[in-house]
Amino acid sequence: MHSFKNMLSSVWQTLFGDPIRAFGVVSLLLLISLAIAPAKNHFSEWRHYQEQYLTLIRSRGDAVTLRRHFQEGIQQIWHPELGVVDRCTTCHVGLKEASLADVSTQPFRRHPVIPHPVDQFGCVMCHRGQGAATTVEEAHRSTLAWEQPILPARYVESSCGQCHRAPLSGTPQLNLGRNLLARSGCVHCHTIKLSNGSPMQATDDPPPLSHIADKTTREWIYAWLKDPQAYAVSATMPNFKLSDDNARDISAFLIASSTPLPGDTAPVAASPSKTPTDPTAGASLYGESFCASCHAVQNAAGNVVGGEVGPELTRIGNKVKPEWLQVWLRNPRIYDPTTGMPHFRFSDQQITVLTGFLQNKTDSDLLANVHLDPATPEQIAHGKTLVTEYGCASCHEIPGIKKPENFAPELTRIGSKPITQLIFLPGMPHTLPDYISAKIRQPRSFGSALKMPQFSLAPAQVDALTTALLSLTDRSQTLPVAWTVPATPPSTYQPAGKAGQLMADLACFTCHTINGRGGEMAPDLTWEGSSVQRQWLKDFLKNPNTLRPALIRRMPRFNLSDNDITELTDYIMTVYQTPAFDRDAMPASGYPPAQVEKGKELFYSKYACQSCHIVDTKNDKGYIGPTLTQVGARLNAAWIYYWLKDPQALRPGTIEPNRNMSDEDARALTAFLMMQRTSSRQEAKK
Amino acid sequence: MRTRAILIALLGLMLCGCSHKRTALLVGNYGTTLVESSGGKQIGAVGTTLSQPVVVQVNDDQGTAVVGAPVVFSGPAGVSFDPVIGTTDSSGQLSTSVMLGGMAGRYQLTASTLTKAQKRVDLKLEEIALGYQQQVGFQLDEKYCARCHNPESSPERVSNYDNLEVKPHAFTEGDTLNKISDADLTSIISHGGPALNKSALMPPYGYTLNKTEIQALIGYIRLISDPPYQSSGIVYVQK
Repeated sequence: MHSFKNMLSSVWQTLFGDPIRAFGVVSLLLLISLAIAPAKNHFSEWRHYQEQYLTLIRSRGDAVTLRRHFQEGIQQIWHPELGVVDRCTTCHVGLKEASLADVSTQPFRRHPVIPHPVDQFGCVMCHRGQGAATTVEEAHRSTLAWEQPILPARYVESSCGQCHRAPLSGTPQLNLGRNLLARSGCVHCHTIKLSNGSPMQATDDPPPLSHIADKTTREWIYAWLKDPQAYAVSATMPNFKLSDDNARDISAFLIASSTPLPGDTAPVAASPSKTPTDPTAGASLYGESFCASCHAVQNAAGNVVGGEVGPELTRIGNKVKPEWLQVWLRNPRIYDPTTGMPHFRFSDQQITVLTGFLQNKTDSDLLANVHLDPATPEQIAHGKTLVTEYGCASCHEIPGIKKPENFAPELTRIGSKPITQLIFLPGMPHTLPDYISAKIRQPRSFGSALKMPQFSLAPAQVDALTTALLSLTDRSQTLPVAWTVPATPPSTYQPAGKAGQLMADLACFTCHTINGRGGEMAPDLTWEGSSVQRQWLKDFLKNPNTLRPALIRRMPRFNLSDNDITELTDYIMTVYQTPAFDRDAMPASGYPPAQVEKGKELFYSKYACQSCHIVDTKNDKGYIGPTLTQVGARLNAAWIYYWLKDPQALRPGTIEPNRNMSDEDARALTAFLMMQRTSSRQEAKK
Repeated sequence: MRTRAILIALLGLMLCGCSHKRTALLVGNYGTTLVESSGGKQIGAVGTTLSQPVVVQVNDDQGTAVVGAPVVFSGPAGVSFDPVIGTTDSSGQLSTSVMLGGMAGRYQLTASTLTKAQKRVDLKLEEIALGYQQQVGFQLDEKYCARCHNPESSPERVSNYDNLEVKPHAFTEGDTLNKISDADLTSIISHGGPALNKSALMPPYGYTLNKTEIQALIGYIRLISDPPYQSSGIVYVQK
């Protein structure tokens, strides 16, 4: 102890023994402490990367150019209106250098081409992470003070969705995800408020259950509730994982609460025994009516073939009662006034044939093990409780049950949900994307008492939904208007008068778009009146013959009366006219033979139209565009002319390329095409 | 990088046969060759899981499938496999789902197995990841080009390839397309086949697609070409 004291005093003597010595030592200490900050700066992580970059470019051919572009020190991109400070370019120095495309070591790789200028837009707007940080750990990963790590590349499209409300061609995953949010029933239970304050609307149409007892049996409801996908693999109804007793009680309640269908529900008079029909008549009527354009059937190989607009019909015979099916086929709007199914105007004979055909689509295993005793009042009461608890009325119209409000958590800002508010499963990465995707994949793994049902989604669909949900951030809600790219508001176009009623009855909007409203399966009819000739339209509505032989989905025949056809034709020819040109600007006939001949030459040589269109059925083979053998009797001459000049101006998004045609060429081609009036059948007769 | 380290470690352990936990793999059978059953040459967006799994089969020297042979998958940074390691099933195959990395480009994946002599046998597979630009190009291809340039038909889109007198080149045909420069490809797309003395059946798209779209299309064509396209890059004058 004593020696230690001695030592201390001798050290003190050496350092501060006399004033000069003390002054020297204190100055030295001061100098060292002053040097700490510059040293820390000198040995910082970002400086290390910048030096590495300089070494990298030194050996390259364009070293001088790259050196000139390089700026030393901390770089920053600042968006004060968004509160974004982005210093990523301090280390990611080569983002803009096209010649660094072959450099695969990060952080020096060139950024792939995107529509935004990287040096102005910054990185964190798309990739998230902490932009103000200047170390890798803080910028890329979540720290105690910062929750948002870099977004995994698979979800990066979600960032586009914060500003872009409309679908973009470069973000297929986001588009699909948004589509699925509206289509899979998510928004029936979860509210998603769009930035303009209106809630996202569901695009699916779950059937009303008010008259369910007329349509199907309790046994089928039971089997369906237990496992919807066992009935139809493509069914969108999720699996609620109900116990046998719960499924029994819900089916009991639904049958008990069902009311008989009002209106004309008498079954058809014609009996099939009186007129023995061809056994293949049902299949051919199903084919001729193009039922497969909307309805799918699972084939022997297990593939679901057909459209997705209506429900799958593989086991329809197990589901619906024959009497109901007849009423439905006669006029679907009696049972469901808002259905997308057209009113086909089948004859009683046809209804009998089609009912017989559909009733044979059964699977003997489906209901083989379902035996239900008659329902007791307790079961029915319990069923009602369950229907309320599970929120069935969020999607379906059920008598005696009100549609619940705010049934499930609102998802308007789910993409910014703090991680501290989430409960993760053991072994799960603690990130928001992992949480959302696990919730969608297996909701009940978070607790067997949870209500959210099990959806049958493919992995790509789960990723798409996660992407769409991650785009619903605080920023997407609070973005300055100048930054947003708004979506076109959904159209509520409704045609007027008797024709309007007819078009609703025929469900034209299920397939055709008019004035922004409707489906995408069939051509846009907004300017149809300028496009076609009256007589052709009348003939087409009477018997729709195909224009595109390669298409599987086609317009069905609705068996319209002459009055209805005239009504529709008049309306289309009067109302659906484009203001872009005068429909009588070109004559229908009387073109000089020389001009027609020149048009023919242009058609086959200069413009090689035959690669996509058929004019001469013997030699031409192209079948991308419509067959033009009778185009002179189908289209209006002015339409052909203006179409040739600029197809996209008349129908945005059409795939026929704009050929930048001269007026003279367009006129000659119009002349040639207007001469094509004979059908192939007439030609063969000659 | 961490996953790669784990992979190397696992493979090392297998090679030494000194792991107690992994002995189950070593007890299994051994083959001599590894062949691809399916799943190679797929195209997916960056960071996404490929739509089809990668399936490889282990064969012995007679060419018959080996059951219970160990297989390890590995790939460049960012690629992940599920599962990374396993033994072949009753048909001698092992299937894994592959998630691509965050960078656009070609990803070379390796499946490895061990022979009886503890020698490592590798099988190389290639997958393609589309970045933003190539993704846009892919969509344009689907909309405008594939109807003629892709001989395969699908229920949604019947191919017009057979109807054309002069057959268009498939976009994967690297032997032909790699020889055409970006500038020439741009000309053909913008001005049609006759721009380079090719068939008029190829119409001009310069008034339908904008410059960015044409660039995106070329970016996509270059990425999917087989054999791979080697960019000539910037040529510098020698001193």
